[in-house]
Amino acid sequence: MIQDLVVYLVFITYAISVLMGFGTILTWVERKQSAVMSDRIGANRAYIRLPFTQIKLVWWGLFHGMADGLKLLLKEDFKPKTYDWYAYMVAPWVVFVPVLLVFAVVPFGGVLIPGQLFPGLAGWFGDRAYPMQIANLDAGLLIVFAFGGMTIIGAMLAGWSSANKYSLLGALRAGSQMISYELIMAMTLLGLIFIYGTIDLDEIVRYQSGVVLGFLPAWGVVLQPFAATLFLTAAIAENKRIPFDLPEAESELIAGYFTEYSGMKMGLFMFAEFIEIAIIAALFTTLFLGGYNLPYMSDAGFVFPGGYQVELSHGAVVVIQLVTFLAKVFVMCSFQILIRWTLPRFRWDQVLRFAWKFMFPLALANLIVTVVFVWALG
Amino acid sequence: MSSRKPYVRKQYWNEPTMGWYERAYLPEILRGLAITSTVFLRNMFKWMTGRKGALTTYYPEETRWDYAAGNRGKHVLTRRADGSPQCIACNMCATVCPAKVIEIDAGFDPADAAHPKFPTRFEIDYSRCIFCGLCVEACPEDAIRMLKEVPNLPSYDRSQMWIARQELLDWQPRDDVAKPYPAPPAAPAGRSQP
Repeated sequence: MIQDLVVYLVFITYAISVLMGFGTILTWVERKQSAVMSDRIGANRAYIRLPFTQIKLVWWGLFHGMADGLKLLLKEDFKPKTYDWYAYMVAPWVVFVPVLLVFAVVPFGGVLIPGQLFPGLAGWFGDRAYPMQIANLDAGLLIVFAFGGMTIIGAMLAGWSSANKYSLLGALRAGSQMISYELIMAMTLLGLIFIYGTIDLDEIVRYQSGVVLGFLPAWGVVLQPFAATLFLTAAIAENKRIPFDLPEAESELIAGYFTEYSGMKMGLFMFAEFIEIAIIAALFTTLFLGGYNLPYMSDAGFVFPGGYQVELSHGAVVVIQLVTFLAKVFVMCSFQILIRWTLPRFRWDQVLRFAWKFMFPLALANLIVTVVFVWALG
Repeated sequence: MSSRKPYVRKQYWNEPTMGWYERAYLPEILRGLAITSTVFLRNMFKWMTGRKGALTTYYPEETRWDYAAGNRGKHVLTRRADGSPQCIACNMCATVCPAKVIEIDAGFDPADAAHPKFPTRFEIDYSRCIFCGLCVEACPEDAIRMLKEVPNLPSYDRSQMWIARQELLDWQPRDDVAKPYPAPPAAPAGRSQP
């Protein structure tokens, strides 16, 4: 029993540090990548001076994130004259916490057998095996959508309790947009669920280590390329990033539903947005990109299409899986930033029309085609 | 109030038209992503091979090479053959200066009968100088000139942006073909500079 506690504490520490790390790094990646994409240099002036020396560590502007955090902490904590200060105080947390909780069901590695990994601890751990996932729930995808939907409440709370017309407008937009795209997200995944036959994310990843047509890895992108595109679009729309950033449209609504927030409360909203980039990347990786596995790889090792097999030791598998997951998530984060710095913004009426008249029928069609195929192939 | 007509969007002669290919969103979006990612990869390759993948000039560390041919950004005090400053501390440049940035203190040297007056202090405040060149026009002795270079003086403090006499004298122009400057003396002979 105490062994379980230790292992899960390690998992939770790992997951939270990964999320926080991604949130922090992504603020820098976003600046640098957008700069390199547009022939600029990007943030490169903040530095840390080693005490008692003149050595200044610039490190490609990595410390700008620290400077931002310090600035947010030291800023005046502005309080609007609102009659609903409790909702006002609680709203950033209602946005921030569910975003973290979504990661609880995302598997970031295969099965971990501590006794095999550390022979010195074999006596204590025995042959216990743990899937590398904080909560190994059967209802994985449902949890994702349940907690993903809670951020809408936070945005609406923030907009309502700020006692500001811009905030209220932003909250209205956020509410309608997020509900619409949440629906599409779920609708696109239905086809995937039909194919995989499960909503347990760990099972889904296991399914994807097989092959289809004899040689292609059975990744979700290969099985459901259409759904992958729609899911990524809807996820970006739900995260309210630029092609869909109507709720916080700077030119119209100042900052939308968090106009009245300052200091670290505003920082929580921004941080939640950046962590959600990582969450979307993690979900996309898990559902469509084979999760923590390399192509043709499972917990035992590689099985290539020609029948050629490579056995791997348990330690090597664990390391490869952890690194692969992080690398895939990072690539997907970078891809989302690429989209954000490439596409112009939708108009407000276009966002909802795009959702209901374009993406929703496509998602339905995708679902119908999938169902027919699954039924025909038995 | 009930007679308001419903809003009809105006049709322009150059309405943008989209075919089914553009209307399908995805190909055009992919084209845009291809353009930006190409730029990203090109610039990233430049950075990783030690070149600069940006159009930006790191200003205090670098200056642009393409200043205008007529740019005059830095003052210089000329010298006589014996190395003493040509300036006679007549204060005409300080008087004509519209920004009032030149400060001169005069000294007296009885040994030099031709030019008994000379500047003990000659300072220019570049934080306020407007680079109009009126000081050069006003000088009766051709003692102050302006060069193509820029004073490389970015600073966090205005007090750091003064240039004093010795620096103005020692400033060695790199490229001025219009008028030859007196060569700096090998060993400042004659009277000693205060």
